[in-house]
Amino acid sequence: MAVDSPSQSVAKAAGDSVARGRSRGTGTPRRAAKRSLSTHWYAWAMVAPVVIVIGVIIGYPLVRGIYLSFTDANERNVARSIGVNEIPASYEFIGLDNYKDAITGSQFLGTLGWTIVWTVSCVALTFVLGLGLANILNRKIAGRSVYRMLLVLPWAVPGFVSVFAWRFLYDERRGILNQVLAGGGIDAVPWLNDPTWAKFSVIAVNVWLGVPFMMVALLGGLQSIPGELYEAAEMDGASAWQRFRHITLPGLRSVSTTVILLSTIWTFNMFPVIFLLTRGGPGEATQILVTQAYKFSFEVSPRDFAQSSTWGVLILVLLMVFAAFYQRVLRKQGEVW
Amino acid sequence: MTTTTPTPQTVNIQTVNTPVRGRRSPLASVGLHVTLIVASVIAVFPVLWVLLTSLKPAKYATTTDFFKETTLENYTNLVNDTPFLTWFGNSLLVAGLTTVVGVFISATTGYAVSRFRFPGKRGLMWTLLVTQMFPVAVLIVPIYNIMASMGLLNQPAGLVITYLTIAVPFCAWMMKGFFDTIPREIDESGYVDGLTPFGTFWRLILPLAKPGIAVTAFYSFITAWGEVAYASAFMVGDENLTLAGGLQKFVNQYGAQWGPMAAASVLIAIPAALVFLFAQRHLVTGMSAGAVKG
Repeated sequence: MAVDSPSQSVAKAAGDSVARGRSRGTGTPRRAAKRSLSTHWYAWAMVAPVVIVIGVIIGYPLVRGIYLSFTDANERNVARSIGVNEIPASYEFIGLDNYKDAITGSQFLGTLGWTIVWTVSCVALTFVLGLGLANILNRKIAGRSVYRMLLVLPWAVPGFVSVFAWRFLYDERRGILNQVLAGGGIDAVPWLNDPTWAKFSVIAVNVWLGVPFMMVALLGGLQSIPGELYEAAEMDGASAWQRFRHITLPGLRSVSTTVILLSTIWTFNMFPVIFLLTRGGPGEATQILVTQAYKFSFEVSPRDFAQSSTWGVLILVLLMVFAAFYQRVLRKQGEVW
Repeated sequence: MTTTTPTPQTVNIQTVNTPVRGRRSPLASVGLHVTLIVASVIAVFPVLWVLLTSLKPAKYATTTDFFKETTLENYTNLVNDTPFLTWFGNSLLVAGLTTVVGVFISATTGYAVSRFRFPGKRGLMWTLLVTQMFPVAVLIVPIYNIMASMGLLNQPAGLVITYLTIAVPFCAWMMKGFFDTIPREIDESGYVDGLTPFGTFWRLILPLAKPGIAVTAFYSFITAWGEVAYASAFMVGDENLTLAGGLQKFVNQYGAQWGPMAAASVLIAIPAALVFLFAQRHLVTGMSAGAVKG
């Protein structure tokens, strides 16, 4: 505080003249800019490495991706070298055609529909299960740390290893799941080979992978709720459900809003689970937007960079709209981050 | 959950509820334990199953006999006949560097965002969030071109830089959240003692943020250790591959043989589990410290 108080007053002065928050210093003269340079350079120096890395490695590809989405670039017309011959790029700018095709065609909308079903069910299930387990682990219970360690295990195992483990379990002829079912006299279930079962299976795996993160985050949140609140509530005769409803849930608000937002974004773009488990199959049944975009630029022939970028940009726009909407709803309820 | 405090509604609430805290009916305890055990079994089973499979000779790989002719054959084959150890070393190098660099720059960023008001702060926070949204699948080709033009293809450094862009945004958010819980009075006392802002961060705040750092390190390591898409696109040639890329080769080489794959999976899971154990210990202390502060 001691050091950044001058900068704060600068910010306030500027912020008052401009409406609220956004782009401070627009109305301030050059002198203030100079002064802000001297007070802010510490902060800027500390964030500089991140800004540079992200600017170069994400910024440029992003701009290029957006540009490609307005062209008809594919494997045959991008710049490439065959032997010693350099062949220059010959793709053309075609405006919004790719977007028109994507939005009017049935493929994008169909994939989007399943992506939304996938995201909502995964996030809802992981949150509910994570919350339940976190609540149990937050009590005094014998062997608590052992349980916690076992429950966090799926998070500690690299994703491609656990996906391999699950494929092994799901194997239609020799997998343990079907062997157990056969022991009970039930016919083999085509876990990954039937469109409906495959959808169920990928969701199950993703929930299995996602619960530990939710649980740990919510457990942290639970432990920061002062115990006196519960004691006071008990004195007043509040039931377990009332305590959960009126102390636990409000106390977890800020943690939950963050993890739900993050987990929605991650699930929406969850490439490895779908890609390694089913490759989007059977048919295109479990293909989500990201895996389909990847397929366009790596697996179809000729590789269609333009369409892939178009889908990528649409994914980005959808998520940004969601995040902005989400934040607005929170702000209306008095929560600001 | 439903089994907690089965209070008969007819009894006077006051008398029943006052001694409840810290106590629980035996039935409720059993319910809680059963829930936890079922959940733990589900969490552990797939991994355990792979471990058991890796210890079985090929002909029994898919049977349900757990301990028939237990053997380390799968492991010895893996170590002797394949470049597995080289890949393992490459992965360790990449994941280790990502963790060290990632933790440092996300800590400085998190601290700056938590403590200072500076132009561009809001934009930075949003950018960090937005980078989470852009699909890897679409970035991969342009990033490949950048790496090629900088001569970083097939170099551990190229992968490390790429992984930083995945790990750092989330870590910086997390560190910011953690720094927010450390009282500002500590910073002020640093300034009073004549420390620079960076000195305050380095000498006073960072040591207090150990639990946050542990979680951040864990996340960076796991991200780098388990990443597949970039690793298989950027690294070629047996001696440069990391595990993720190497395993793709296995799948071609061994086809549907589960044994060697299972053994490889177990070996791959070990470093991640070790990092996790280390982080977990700090996580616990961090959480209880946070709870005391309220």
